[in-house]
Order: sequence, then structure tokens, then C-alpha cells
Amino acid sequence: MKIYGVALLAACFLAGKFLGTILGKLININNDIGGVGFAMILLIGSSIYLRKKGWLIPETEKGILFWSSMYIPIIVAMAATLNVKAAISGGFVAVVAGVLTTFACMILVPVLSKIGNNHPKN
Amino acid sequence: MEIIEKVISSNGLVFAFLFVGFIMLFSFLVSKKLLRNKIPGVAIAILIGLALAFLGDKNGMADIPIFAGMAILGGSMFRDFAVVATAMSADISKIKRAGLAGIISLFIGVTITFFLGALIAYFMGYTDAVSMTTIGAGACTYIVGPVTGGALGASSDVIAISVATGVIKTIFTTIITPVIAKSIKLNNPHAAVVFGGLIGTTSGVVAGLAATDEKLVPYGALTATFYTGVGCLLCPSVFYLFLKFFGF
Repeated sequence: MKIYGVALLAACFLAGKFLGTILGKLININNDIGGVGFAMILLIGSSIYLRKKGWLIPETEKGILFWSSMYIPIIVAMAATLNVKAAISGGFVAVVAGVLTTFACMILVPVLSKIGNNHPKN
Repeated sequence: MEIIEKVISSNGLVFAFLFVGFIMLFSFLVSKKLLRNKIPGVAIAILIGLALAFLGDKNGMADIPIFAGMAILGGSMFRDFAVVATAMSADISKIKRAGLAGIISLFIGVTITFFLGALIAYFMGYTDAVSMTTIGAGACTYIVGPVTGGALGASSDVIAISVATGVIKTIFTTIITPVIAKSIKLNNPHAAVVFGGLIGTTSGVVAGLAATDEKLVPYGALTATFYTGVGCLLCPSVFYLFLKFFGF
């Protein structure tokens, strides 16, 4: 049943958020730190394990794949609910700092991509 | 008319599904028929989303009562849930190979962003260490900014600027990623892991990668999600003391 897949996803999501929040508490920041990342690792790990056991059948997987195909519409909804007015009225310093720092990091992508990439195919 | 409004406002989330469905349909039609796929439909849809956000204030178009459901659909719960689900299509061996590069790019990303942001703040008149740190932290993400400013006791207008800086970063990343992708060789999972670590704004990275190449999303999201944590850890402590040490 598809709900098994959704439930597996929910279990990984909550466990990841739990780990992230505990990590945040440990270093005194009342925020979730890397919860999504932990959840993704848990989902990858558990799906590999369950597939080996033969328990993760395509029907179950469909429950997860549905949500993974929903993220683009969700991102569109997110974009439509951002505080864009405040972002622009936050002043010149916000625009300059936001744009320049992002751009500086973007141009570093090809430099840092070389780390651990011994077989560049591109 | 009153009945329609009543039905919509008491079923906000369902209406949001319908509305976003229309935006997607419209965007993909425009991309295919008018632009011959030169600009991906996803990118157009996200741009339309950003444009619609101008209709409202703090919560974008969700401030309009009948579109309140957009805030639920686009809220962090659904966003994170769907992003975690994309991990299903990630290749574990590619993540392993990019692991080291991902961690290094996280720290380099936070460090460069912070100090460049603080420097810009300094040259634009915010010369005290607390304001510089808060604005530099805001340049990391719009969560790091207020967390740092709150910890250091920054004034509320400086905190507002730091949040605005973070939101500008998200919007800029969303728009510019598909444009710049080719020239920074952002076309493989390895580069996406590095990109996520360097840029760090999860919503911007995910939206930008979605508009570039959907297959790259899980790789970028995986590293980006740790960025805010690293930022919250370093900015109000080590980085702040560093600025203090140099006499700001």
C-alpha cells in the first residue's frame, strides 16, 4: 500500500528533525540543525536496507515518489509567500550584501568541485 | 460570490493545490509554445510565484485571505517533507564521493559569506562589531541573521536588515542559478553538493536547482541543510570575537 511509503518517509522525516533539534540543543542554539539532511540520509539508508530484504515493493515506493514529485509546486507556493517587499525595502545594504556574497560563493563552485572528483567526465 | 469565498477560505490548502496547478500548467505552456523550451517551465513558475508575492506583505500573497492556503502548501513543513522525499532518487555512491568536498565547501561558504557581508556592512556605515556580525550572519541565511543578532543584542533595525539580506540571497539564488549554471559547471551531482554547501539557503538552492536540472535537487539540498547550523554556530562566537580582536 502507498501509505507504507508515506509512513516510512514520515518516520525518517521526524527522526531526522528530532536528531537536528537535539543537536541544536546540545550546542545551545534553539533551532533545528541539519534535520532535513539527517532525514535524507535515514531515508536513503532505510530504503537500501528494505529493498535488500525485499520489503520495499514498487507500490510502497510510489507513496514516496509522489511527495518527491510535489516539491516543485511546493517551491512555487513558497516563492509566492516570501516577504519580497521587505527584502527590497530592507535597504541598499541588504541588496548589495545579499547579491555580492552569493555571487562570490557561486563562482567558487568549479574550484571546490575539483576536490575528490578524480574522474571528471565533463 | 460570497459562497465561493466561503468555500475557498475554509478549504485553503485544497484551493492552493488548484491554484499552483494552474501556475504550473500556464508556465509549462509558455515555456513550450512561446519560448521553445529555452527557459524551463519550472523557472517561469517560480518567477511567477515571486511576482505574486508582491500582492501581499509579510506572507506574500498568502496575506490575501483566499490565498491563505498558499502559506500552508509553501510552508516549511511541506517543503522539508517533499525535499526529504527527493533523497529516494539520490545515488549514494555519488554522495560519498562528494562528501569531503561538501564539508569543505560548507565551511568556506559560511566563512566567505560572513566576512564579505560584514565588510560590505562596514563600508556602508555599519561600523560596530555587533552590527557587522549581524549583517554578515544575515548574508549567510535569514535564520542565521536574527539568531546571531538576538544573541549579541543587536538593534531591531539591524536585525531587520540581516533578515532582508538573507531573503535577497534566497531570491537572487533562485533567479540566477539557472542562468549561471553552465558557466560554473553546475551540471553534475558532485558540483550540486558543493553548490549546496557554498550557498546554503535551502529554499534558494532547491528552487534554483529545480529550475536548472531537477535531478540535482537532492544533492544540493543535502549539504545546504547543514549550512544554517554551521552559521548559527560560528557567527555569534568565533567570527564575532575575530572582528572584536581586530578592533571593530
